[in-house]
Amino acid sequence: MNSYKNLFESYSWDDVKESIYSKTKNDVENALNTSRRTLEDFKALISPAATTYLEPMAQLSQKLTQKRFGKTIQLYIPLYLSNECTNICTYCGFSLDNKVRRKTLTEEEILQEVKVIKSLGYDHVLLVTGEANQTVHVEYFKKVLNLIRPYFAQVSMEVQPLDTEEYIELIPLGLTSVLIYQETYHKEDYKKHHPKGKKSNFNYRLETPDRLGQAGIHKMGLGVLIGLEDWRTDSFFTALHLNYLEKKYWQTRYSLSFPRLRPFSGGLEPKVEMNDKELVQLICAYRLFNEEVEISLSTRESEKFRNHCVQIGITSISAGSKTNPGGYAVEPESLEQFEISDERSPEMIAAMIRSNGYEPVWKDWDKVIC
Amino acid sequence: MLKIAEKEFTSRLFTGTGKFNSSQLMEEALIASGSELVTVALRRVNMHNAEDDILLHLKHPSINLLPNTSGVRTAKEAVFAAQLAREALETNWIKLEIHPDPKYLMPDPIETLLATEELAKLGFVILPYIHADPVLCKRLENAGASAVMPLGSPIGSNKGLKTIDFLEIIIEQSNIPVIVDAGIGSPSDAAKAMEIGADAVLVNTAIAVAGTPVQMAIAFKLAVEAGRMAYHARLAKQGNHAIASSPLTAFLDE
Repeated sequence: MNSYKNLFESYSWDDVKESIYSKTKNDVENALNTSRRTLEDFKALISPAATTYLEPMAQLSQKLTQKRFGKTIQLYIPLYLSNECTNICTYCGFSLDNKVRRKTLTEEEILQEVKVIKSLGYDHVLLVTGEANQTVHVEYFKKVLNLIRPYFAQVSMEVQPLDTEEYIELIPLGLTSVLIYQETYHKEDYKKHHPKGKKSNFNYRLETPDRLGQAGIHKMGLGVLIGLEDWRTDSFFTALHLNYLEKKYWQTRYSLSFPRLRPFSGGLEPKVEMNDKELVQLICAYRLFNEEVEISLSTRESEKFRNHCVQIGITSISAGSKTNPGGYAVEPESLEQFEISDERSPEMIAAMIRSNGYEPVWKDWDKVIC
Repeated sequence: MLKIAEKEFTSRLFTGTGKFNSSQLMEEALIASGSELVTVALRRVNMHNAEDDILLHLKHPSINLLPNTSGVRTAKEAVFAAQLAREALETNWIKLEIHPDPKYLMPDPIETLLATEELAKLGFVILPYIHADPVLCKRLENAGASAVMPLGSPIGSNKGLKTIDFLEIIIEQSNIPVIVDAGIGSPSDAAKAMEIGADAVLVNTAIAVAGTPVQMAIAFKLAVEAGRMAYHARLAKQGNHAIASSPLTAFLDE
């Protein structure tokens, strides 16, 4: 298959890293003063040289975001279906070697969870699982999509990577969007963090967005887990991936997310710390690089940080999230995948969005569009 | 007076409902604009909920809803969406938007023509959003569109009338109203479109994202009126400076 892998392998991690770290203030200013920005401009904007340009970057980012998305922020909520997992991932609460009680929601339990989620006002839902192909497989997903489709305008999925044919089966059942995070584009490090299970296959994951594009998905989400490797270099490879996909699968929309490693019981300490200033820099750099990409920010981030980010380039936000299967109604006390930081209710988040001068949007899709 | 499918409009400013920072502000701006035709994305409203926030704020005697099919990628999806809109919103008017390209939201001419043919058979009043393509406009007119909505520049770009030379050809040739849609970034752009003879303009982003949307809505209202008046008054031709001597034709008077 001709895929991103071919392009990806023509780059060297070390060369890219060196190129980013050698960008100068002059490069940053050129990147700020142009209207169509290239990957080289993006490198300048994420480089250490750009850290003193945060305010002009944020102002430009705000303007571009408002032009495209208006003064609106979309709301979504995750629905964890299962924490069964056959992978070992060093940073994840659901990792095979982590001693937690495993649970996959039954149809009846899913409906209990849906009832609570609907009462919070949501119309966009994100289904999340670990990877357990024996029990949580495409037949299970088909069952779930058929079950919940009547309740939601938009259904997204963040589950194990699937084959093209499987995506083709799921899309007509109401699957609008799939999030597939590479975790890190550093191949050797990826192997260290994913020593066991199907997820240890770097290339299969790397080529998942290509399979989604071929299946004709409406929207896909990209990103890396920040904290595993140098975030600047990882972000370059994400931008390269985005650029490649937009040109090849031009009928698909794209979104980005930048989860920072959060603590869980017995978990991994981040190898690379990214501070709040750097995350703002990254959000703005992506917006300046790509005016159309959607950017979401999860409850991993703090209240204060999220309050301010609404105005500088993000387009969607989650609220009231539970990261354990059954967390809303069935088993609220079970162990979470990671600790969330912003624990405010959806209602409070909507009020926060309004007080920023933005409209909270609960519905921006419809079952009729498929 | 502007007439589309036997319906008369006093205002030649059509508006959109997206990108406002609240439904309340949207309502105030739309009322201030004097607009009588307001487009609303099916994907944003809950068609079967009488309490839908956006729809509630559009319930006004002077406002006619123009549902749009934003989000669909094919003629088949568009026809399906239009039928649902007709049933739920009780209007057979549809703004046909088929943009399979979600980045620049460029309209698909082929699918749009196919959908227009199909929707015309089903009795819809069809207003297709398209490129400023004169031949396509004639094809859509023949297929049963009630107006055409060529773009001034990419949607949401605020870049103004980049397609002006083609818009002029479309306006010259069309037997149905021409509504310049997309890209109008300022009242002067709207005035310009009206001066060259457009029947109406549709403005959304430039009002919704303005610092003070209500005031901007009024500015657009006035600009559209001024542009239309200038069109009727026939603008003086832009001339070169008078030529002092006539080296080529002076011999005729000798």
